[in-house]
Amino acid sequence: MDRLATRIEQSLAHIRLEAIGKTYDTGRGAVTALEDIDLDIQRGEIFGIIGRSGAGKSSLIRTLNRLEDPSSGKVLIDGRDIATLDENQLVGLRRRVGMIFQHFNLMSAKTVWQNVALPLKVAGASAADIERRVAELLELVGLTEKRDRYPAQLSGGQKQRVGIARALVHQPEILLCDEATSALDPESTQAILALLRDINQRLGLTIVLITHEMEVIHEICHRVVVLERGRVVEQGPVWQVFGDPQHEVTRSLLGTVHHDLPDDLNGRIHPERSAEARALLLDLHFTGVSRRDPDLLSIASVLGAGTRLVHGGIDRIQGRAQGHLLVSVDSSEPAEDILRRARGLADKVGGLGYVALAH
Amino acid sequence: MSPLLIDRLLTGAWETFVMIGVSSLITLLLGIPLALILVATARDGIFAARWANSVLGSVVNVVRSIPFLILMVAMIPITRLLVGTSYGVWAAIVPLSAAAVPFFARIAEVSLREVDRGLIEAAQAMGCKRWHIIWHVLLPEARPGIVAGFTITLVSMINASAVAGAIGAGGLGDLAYRYGYQRFDTDVMLTVIVLLVALVTVIQFGGDRLALRLNKRG
Repeated sequence: MDRLATRIEQSLAHIRLEAIGKTYDTGRGAVTALEDIDLDIQRGEIFGIIGRSGAGKSSLIRTLNRLEDPSSGKVLIDGRDIATLDENQLVGLRRRVGMIFQHFNLMSAKTVWQNVALPLKVAGASAADIERRVAELLELVGLTEKRDRYPAQLSGGQKQRVGIARALVHQPEILLCDEATSALDPESTQAILALLRDINQRLGLTIVLITHEMEVIHEICHRVVVLERGRVVEQGPVWQVFGDPQHEVTRSLLGTVHHDLPDDLNGRIHPERSAEARALLLDLHFTGVSRRDPDLLSIASVLGAGTRLVHGGIDRIQGRAQGHLLVSVDSSEPAEDILRRARGLADKVGGLGYVALAH
Repeated sequence: MSPLLIDRLLTGAWETFVMIGVSSLITLLLGIPLALILVATARDGIFAARWANSVLGSVVNVVRSIPFLILMVAMIPITRLLVGTSYGVWAAIVPLSAAAVPFFARIAEVSLREVDRGLIEAAQAMGCKRWHIIWHVLLPEARPGIVAGFTITLVSMINASAVAGAIGAGGLGDLAYRYGYQRFDTDVMLTVIVLLVALVTVIQFGGDRLALRLNKRG
């Protein structure tokens, strides 16, 4: 039974990494870039890999098309160990796995059209096929007008569109995105992410992306792993990792999305109740696990009159409301009693201390 | 200037033209493959082969460090073997090419090595084989630099051809040396200098324009 279950699971995983390790031999000894990484990436999902710079993200994504070979462990694509491929089979694999890059890596001496045509040309496609396919892809990424321009004449967002067209020209099943939006302005980033989401839905492509920007994960990923010093420190559906981050690195990466307490509030919190600071500050944490939206009426009625919303916000990820609502409760009851009553209001409830009431 | 002298000048110019033309063709045909081999066999190259790389690199360095006049004399046996004589235009082509090939290869090597590694990576990721990378990525991307390098090579080749003239290779250099230097005929000397300056200017100008036109990096 178990073996059957494992086999089914294996057949489901589009990309499977087993105990991947990578060490680089520098002049001053070996440096470990990746250590013992196990991952299953499902067919058709957008899978995010996030981490600070130097966490090993680039090394990891480069093992998926063998731009780098792992020092230990296996990469299986559709159940096939890619380390066993010979040069011709590897070329075949790379035509089924498209890749886009942070700095686009377009050929400067080739026009947009020639750049997108290059993968077909080296694969020996006929001129008619090349013409048809390149036209289709330029249409898809909205660059039909620019076909005879050179990359230097394009904006960053347009260059990345050319990169995407080039990566999709062989109709791959997997698209690898290496910091694909990190060199773009916010507007182009949004447009490129929308394009990737669209491609994922329309073509059913499996997308693996690495980034150091949580916004990118938030925007389009289904699942995410957090990498730190070459190890996976956290992984799960995006709503879960965002709603209730477990690892300190995840929290610090999320810092750009979830703000810590504002300074003015932080300075006014006292550990003990006093005549001045008499309102209990409660943290109502919605992690997304219960899938519920904050119920304002029950918050007010459970905590009583004089309850104020002090700080916080709710974000929706993958259809789940999550975030923190900080409320001050003006009551003389002991904190434990208030906390006990409040327990049902959110997925996690905590007391932060006492604050003076603002007027 | 006598008709005889004008005739000599024309002949000299033609000989220089043939010397430079044939030598530069040989330099182009041998120098680019040599540069490609140097780049491809380097430690991070696409056909990494350390031994071949250091042997070839050393040969290039040795040839390049020999002064042209000495190289020319030292090569006389090889020249005789290849063209049957050690005198005249065709004999000069052998040492001229021998000196220019490693010179040009080193310049072209720099241009090829400066091609962004990301482009090679992108080419690998899209399923290019190594020959594809050479043909579709390295050569086209390095082309502006190679053209500029070839221009420099041509100009220094004109210089060397005048030196070759001094030991009987013919051409404008020979003329300037025999009439200008040995017979103190300043007119011939000046005419030759004007012709050489014009030649160098045209080549440099044309090379710069071509390199600029090929550069699409904006």
